[in-house]
Amino acid sequence: MSAVPAQPPAEPAGPARHRPPALELRRIDKHFGAVHANRSVSLTVAAGTVHGLVGENGAGKSTLMNIVYGYHRADAGEIRVHGRRADFRRPHDAIVAGIGMVHQHFMLVENFTVLENIVLGAEGGRRLARGLARARSELERIARDHGLAVPLDAVVEHLPVGLQQRVEILKALYRGADILILDEPTAVLTPQETGELFALLGRLREQGKTVIIVTHKLREIMAVTDRVTVMRQGVVVHETATRATSERALAEQMVGRAVLLRVEKTPARPADVLLTVKDLEVCDRFGLPRVRRASFEVRAGEILGIAGVAGNGQTELLEALAGILTPTHGEIVFQGRNLVRARVGPRERRRLGLAHVPEDRLRMGVIGDFTAEDNAILGQQDRPEFSRRGFLRRAAIAAACERKLRGYDVRPPEPGRLLSAFSGGNQQKLVLAREIDGDPRVLLVGQPTRGVDIGAVEFIHRRLVALRDAGKGLLLVSVELDEILGLSDRILVMFGGEIVAELSRAEATEQKLGLLMAGVKEGTA
Amino acid sequence: MEIYTLIVLLLAATIRVATPLLLAALGGMFSERAGVIDLGLEGKMLGAAFASAAVAAVTGSAWAGLGAGILVSVALALLIGFAGITHRGSQVVAAMAVNIMVAGLGPTLALAWFGLGGQTPQLNAPGQRFLEITWPWAERARAAPVPGLLYAELLSGHSVLVYLAAALVPAAAWVLHGTRFGLRLRAVGENPAAVDTAGLSVNALRYQAVLISGVLCGVAGAYLSTAASAGFVRDMTAGKGYLALAALIFGKWRPYPTLGACLLFAFTDALAARLQGVALPVVGVVPVQFILALPYVLTVLLLAGFVGKAVAPKAIGVPYAKED
Amino acid sequence: MSAPGRLPRWADVGLLPLISLVAAFAVSAAVIAAAGENPLTALRLLATGAFGSQEAVGYTLYYATNFIFTGLAVAVALHAGLFNIGCEGQAYLGGLGVGLVGLALDRHWPFWAILPAAVGAAAVFGAAWAFIPAWLQARRGSHIVITTIMFNFIASALMTYLLVNVLIKPGQQSPESRELAAAACLPGMQALLAPLGIHLSSSPLNLAFLLALAASVLVWVYLWRTRWGFALRTAGKNPVVAVYAGISPARVTITAMLISGALAGGLGLNEVMGAQHRLLLDFPGGAGFVGIAVALMGRNHPIGIFLAAVLFGALYQGGSELSFDLPRLNRDMIVVVQGLVILACGALENLFRAPLTALLARWPGNEAE
Repeated sequence: MSAVPAQPPAEPAGPARHRPPALELRRIDKHFGAVHANRSVSLTVAAGTVHGLVGENGAGKSTLMNIVYGYHRADAGEIRVHGRRADFRRPHDAIVAGIGMVHQHFMLVENFTVLENIVLGAEGGRRLARGLARARSELERIARDHGLAVPLDAVVEHLPVGLQQRVEILKALYRGADILILDEPTAVLTPQETGELFALLGRLREQGKTVIIVTHKLREIMAVTDRVTVMRQGVVVHETATRATSERALAEQMVGRAVLLRVEKTPARPADVLLTVKDLEVCDRFGLPRVRRASFEVRAGEILGIAGVAGNGQTELLEALAGILTPTHGEIVFQGRNLVRARVGPRERRRLGLAHVPEDRLRMGVIGDFTAEDNAILGQQDRPEFSRRGFLRRAAIAAACERKLRGYDVRPPEPGRLLSAFSGGNQQKLVLAREIDGDPRVLLVGQPTRGVDIGAVEFIHRRLVALRDAGKGLLLVSVELDEILGLSDRILVMFGGEIVAELSRAEATEQKLGLLMAGVKEGTA
Repeated sequence: MEIYTLIVLLLAATIRVATPLLLAALGGMFSERAGVIDLGLEGKMLGAAFASAAVAAVTGSAWAGLGAGILVSVALALLIGFAGITHRGSQVVAAMAVNIMVAGLGPTLALAWFGLGGQTPQLNAPGQRFLEITWPWAERARAAPVPGLLYAELLSGHSVLVYLAAALVPAAAWVLHGTRFGLRLRAVGENPAAVDTAGLSVNALRYQAVLISGVLCGVAGAYLSTAASAGFVRDMTAGKGYLALAALIFGKWRPYPTLGACLLFAFTDALAARLQGVALPVVGVVPVQFILALPYVLTVLLLAGFVGKAVAPKAIGVPYAKED
Repeated sequence: MSAPGRLPRWADVGLLPLISLVAAFAVSAAVIAAAGENPLTALRLLATGAFGSQEAVGYTLYYATNFIFTGLAVAVALHAGLFNIGCEGQAYLGGLGVGLVGLALDRHWPFWAILPAAVGAAAVFGAAWAFIPAWLQARRGSHIVITTIMFNFIASALMTYLLVNVLIKPGQQSPESRELAAAACLPGMQALLAPLGIHLSSSPLNLAFLLALAASVLVWVYLWRTRWGFALRTAGKNPVVAVYAGISPARVTITAMLISGALAGGLGLNEVMGAQHRLLLDFPGGAGFVGIAVALMGRNHPIGIFLAAVLFGALYQGGSELSFDLPRLNRDMIVVVQGLVILACGALENLFRAPLTALLARWPGNEAE
């Protein structure tokens, strides 16, 4: 990132220190059903500063900001804006109070012009023409003041992502926002665009605006913020001035002293290479590149873990390996075949022995309205043990399902039960049973214990290790660092779509991994 | 000169046939641009046709009938909207249900109230129908060559609702592109989340759009039974609601192209009547059914992407639910 | 809005549709009352008109046969996540196929040879009419609801043209083909059961009813007992899971619509070969749309579809009797009921689901599973 300023930013200007805090959150509490997203979170953001909010996925930072923006309502706690109590029932209230938010996924109408997008909701009168003309001159002034050049008459969908983000920022400024919240703003930006963004944030700060930047990328925190708050599992664990800390210290706080799940396992004895990935490049559904030149091997008798914060390309990598996404470049060699060139689909890959436990079972891996026994043959309905000449062998399917349910301690072991009636852990165990029962050579596993209760977690981990001991190869993708550390024999770290490091289990520590996951190159900070 | 007269008469007929299509299509445009599929044009038109004819027969006033037609159409529109917007049920199923229900309800009530086997009484008295309005000097102008005939047949001599429909096209265009409401409506059909985070109510906007559609379909239905005909008969819309939807799609959800599509479809209708049994050079006698089927075939070709691209509003048909 | 708790299976499949039905009927009763007649009288007349005599039952089941075919057609498409509104046109074309086979072969082949040919023609013609909308949806993303509606109108135009110009019986005014010879006519139920010593009053009920039942069984077997049906249902529930499981949603779309069109074509057997014994205008008579009501009410399951089809057959038969005793009502009332049923069972389900779930959750022994 060449355009990022090297020095930490200067102290905020004098007058700002005498203003009340721009934003004060006191004991904010929020539940989503059983999930306790924010636990008594207190946060103070000084006016005229750039404040960083950092943490891993599920730390609760996005939820917190959505509450500030009025998108959700807190269950308990108080919000004060410039010293005054605020109760936001909907985004409109927050906007009126001067809070603007730039979401991670832009809220733009693609086929409108920039001008139309900005004035939406603040058109300045019933007749559009007059309102637009007034808005135009106002926007030109704002753009000049902040050094924000945006082509007002361009159609949004033709603009590069960096400019689209500027439109979002302009939207907020136009409505008089003096507190600007940016949620993972650099997720889709090029390094150059990131530099331009930071320069802009610096200018905004000089004008007395307050900026809150939510991110998991530590280098950016160090580059542009004045203070930083670290959250972990819904709680604030650390707050400090940026100049008083370092990336390493922040990474420690982010990752924390989580209880390492002790998985009993003998040392690995990796044997032959089962799966080879070379120079793989994958774009997502919208055409954005998500995996850049990934190369690695999976060996028999080994668990290869991929660590990384969600959104750094792991999903697309897994889906490309499973045959769901088509890579734009590169090779995947399995069983002596190049799966990419031969265009081998998921069904065939399964047949060849490449099984897949998806990251999001509800979205991709199971059908809630189907029974357990129907779910148990998803992807395998063509196998001779399950169907003969087209007809499903119902008795055999039911018996096999019951075997799976009992073998994996799924409760209750009723094949005829609807899958949605099983708990998350039991559902996941069934998915695992299904994929492992097919006797794969390589098992691709994504977030194996997401939404799974603690007892099932242990069970699943033991099964994965057993599979590895049986001489199979496993590729494990997880955002849970302790899961990666507990299970993997070798660890790759993904950041920004690239594999930035490869470590053996022995070499890997939480700090090292935390830094790598946050984009810090080896040997710095 | 004979051919010229023929063409002018044909165009005049086209205008009359196009009017209900245009009204319904414009109504559908507002609804669909806001993201609500409007398959209920048929039912709303039919319901309005019944109501306006019934009320016109009873009160003796076509304007009262028009009001009743609009009320009924709006009620049906809100019913479909309720199912689709508030309850997030299937917009398509709700609309089809209403279409079917109205097809039976009209004749049922007509039979029960008027005892005429499912139709409303003939509207014979003046004032019960929207009759042709003859512009000044039209009769004398008819004798004059070329422009005279145009004036007498094409411009003059339509019912007031026709002129209303014509005026609605630029009005709709202005509302859609020149007002704040139009901007918000178009936004909600493309990206409701953007509208929500801008602090506006997605559902309120959609209901307003559905309401407008109801009003316009009401006028369309009233036109059918109190202007184009003299009363309501069973199934009198005969698929015009679907044809209007086809015209809307063909017109890419924009006012002026939709007008063009309606005129085109109506022209084929008028042409079919004229060409019946007439032998054309080269082709011979074109079966009337082929001409009548033309609008539907054209719409399919358009949807298939062979006649340009029809890009629907992005968020159409998907009920909006805020992520928890 | 958070998701409501789950309904136990029996309530989801049995109670909820029943409640929707009762609601639809309640509104219908209100309409009847608004029309100036007594709803209970109307109900009684409907019941006796539909089931009061052997002949009446025969007619009821004859109508039900059409609705079984179109109900199955809509259901198969719905299982694949598609809303096939084109059954009217597909049934029309299916009948054309049957008629063409009959007209071509009835003087040359025996019945037992014509029957399979006619069944095949019904299926092929019906499927062919569903193919283009299916292909357009699968490959071009064209909304299948709109294209199937368009194809209904095109079918109507096509059939009118054929019946008026090509297939019309020479020297006749009304657009109908000549009558089919006995070899191309399905035997009536009366004739089928007579050798068994059962004597039924005459009615249009014919062999097609048994064919419809057979089709129901085949559909059930296909959807729940074969791997292709499994693939179809999977893709209909969740195309992402389908891809994960190696199923092609595009291929499922086309297959499902072909089957759906073929089933709708079965109506042609009942009407053209079974009851009318000739080709004529508009013999589907709205059955394509009744099929939607039947499928939704019957929860897309052959048993439910059968029951719903018989119910609607009863409404049709009873409805035509209504106007004799209640001059203010006629068959149009039945169409109103049809629309209300679709509305209640199809679109407003959530209206009943939430209160029902809450109600059941409070009963002991019915804790959410």
